[in-house]
Amino acid sequence: MIETWIAAFLTLCVFSFLYRENPFYRFAEHLFVGSAAGYLLAVQWHNVLIPNVWTPLTRGGDLVVLIPLALGLMMLARIWSKGAGIARWSIAFYVGVYSGVAIPGYMQAQIFAQLADAAKPWPPGAAGVNAALVFIGLITVLAYFFFSLPHRGIHGVGARIGIYFLMVAFGASFGYTVMARVSLLISRVQFLLRDWLHLLPS
Amino acid sequence: MTWARKVLSIDRRIIFLLVAAGVALPLLRPVNLPITVTPRVQAAFDAIDALPAGSKVLLSMDYEPDIMAELFPMSVAVLRHCFRKHLQVIAMTLYPAGTGLGERALRTAAKAEGAVLNKDYAWLGYKSGFQVVMIGIGENLRGMYPVDFYGTPLDSIPVTRGVNAYRQMAMVINLSGSSATDYWIQFAQGRFHAPLVVGCTAVMATDYYPYLSSKQILGLVGGMKGAAEYERLIDTVGDARRGMDAQSLVHLIVALLVILGNVALFVARRAGEDLGGRPAGSMTR
Repeated sequence: MIETWIAAFLTLCVFSFLYRENPFYRFAEHLFVGSAAGYLLAVQWHNVLIPNVWTPLTRGGDLVVLIPLALGLMMLARIWSKGAGIARWSIAFYVGVYSGVAIPGYMQAQIFAQLADAAKPWPPGAAGVNAALVFIGLITVLAYFFFSLPHRGIHGVGARIGIYFLMVAFGASFGYTVMARVSLLISRVQFLLRDWLHLLPS
Repeated sequence: MTWARKVLSIDRRIIFLLVAAGVALPLLRPVNLPITVTPRVQAAFDAIDALPAGSKVLLSMDYEPDIMAELFPMSVAVLRHCFRKHLQVIAMTLYPAGTGLGERALRTAAKAEGAVLNKDYAWLGYKSGFQVVMIGIGENLRGMYPVDFYGTPLDSIPVTRGVNAYRQMAMVINLSGSSATDYWIQFAQGRFHAPLVVGCTAVMATDYYPYLSSKQILGLVGGMKGAAEYERLIDTVGDARRGMDAQSLVHLIVALLVILGNVALFVARRAGEDLGGRPAGSMTR
C-alpha cells in the first residue's frame, strides 16, 4: 500500500542521519514538524473549540463560554509586545486556578502518602530487609540534599551513603532508558521487515 | 596505534551497524528466549483479572506515536485481557495525537477477541486539560464527554449508560509516557480513591516503584519488557514478545561495548597514551 511505502521512505530518511546530516533527513524533519502542527491544530479545533465553545454558544445560547474564550484570546496578545500586559491577566488566572487544583493533590499523593508508607512498621522476613533498605535510602539521600550543614561527621557519612543509593537509582534508570530507546528501534525495524518488506509473519 | 587507542577511536557508525544487526537478526531468526514475569506486572494482571465480568473499567491511553513502540503493544494486551474477562471498557486519551492510536488499539484488540463497539467498549476520544478532565470525570463524566468520539450521546451507549463518575467504575487503568500518570495518581486515586493500575514507558518505570510500595497503584507494567510479560500472562504473542530477543541481544552488545570501552580507556591511560582530551568523545561525537 502507498502509505506503507511513504512511511518506510520517511523512516529511512530519518535513519540516514545516523550516517551524516543530509537533505533527506531534513526533508523528513520539516515534513514531520509541519504535518504534526497541522494535525494538532485540526484536532484541537474539532475536539476543543467546537464542542466546548461553538456548540454551547450556538445551540444552547450559553454565554458563559465567552469568558474562557476571552481569557484564551487574551493569551494570544503576547504576540505583540504592547499586548503582553493583557496576556498576564489570563496567565495570572491560570496560575491561580492551577495552583489551587494541583497543590492539595500533590501534597496528598506525593508527600503524605509516601511519608505514611515510609513510616510503616517493617514487616518480618525479607520484606522487612527491603523496607529497612528503603528507609536507610530515604534518610541518607535526604541527608545528601540537606545543604544547610556542611557534609562532615555523622551528617557527612549519611550523605556519602546517600550518594551510593543515588548511583544505584541512576544505574537502574539508565538501564531502563537503554531498554526504552532500543524498543523504539525494534518497533521501526519490525515495521520495515514486516509491513514493508514482508520478511516477518504478520 | 595500540589496540586500546583503536577501540577508543572506533567510528560510531560501526556501533550503529552492530546495534542494527543485533535488532534485525533475532527478528528474522527468533530463538524465543524465556520471559519471566515480574511481581509488578503480575500484580497488574491479578488486579484486572480479579474484577467480575461486566465491571466498568476506564482506560486512558495517554501517549502519542513517539512512544507507541512501548505502549501500543501494552494497550492491546491489556484490552484483550479486559475483553476476555468481559469487562466493559470506557477508553479515552489526553493527547491529541493519541486519538488515532487509541482507536487502532481498540480495533485490534476487539477484532482479536470479538468485542463490539458500544456493547463491550466505548471510545470517548481526546479531551484537553489533564487535571481538569480527571477531576471532571470524578464529578460528572458527561460534563467532560457529553458525546463519544463518534458523536453518540453517552446515554445512548450501553457501556456508558449509568456511569457518571469514578465511583461507578471498578478500576482506572492509565497507560502513559508522561506526567499524566502523576496526575492520575493525585486525582483519580488520591482524591477520588479509584483503584489504579499503571502502564508506562521503561524510562519512567523506576519513578513509580514507590507508589506500588505505598499501594497507591495496584500494579505497574513498564516498557516493552512489561508488555511482553503481560502478553505472556494472557498467552498471546504480540509485538512486545516478538521484540524481546532483539532487546536481549542489543543489551548484551551495549554491555560488552561499555566494558570494552572502559578496559581500553584503563589500558590506554596506564600506557600513558595521549587521548586528546576526549577519550569518550570519539565514541559519542
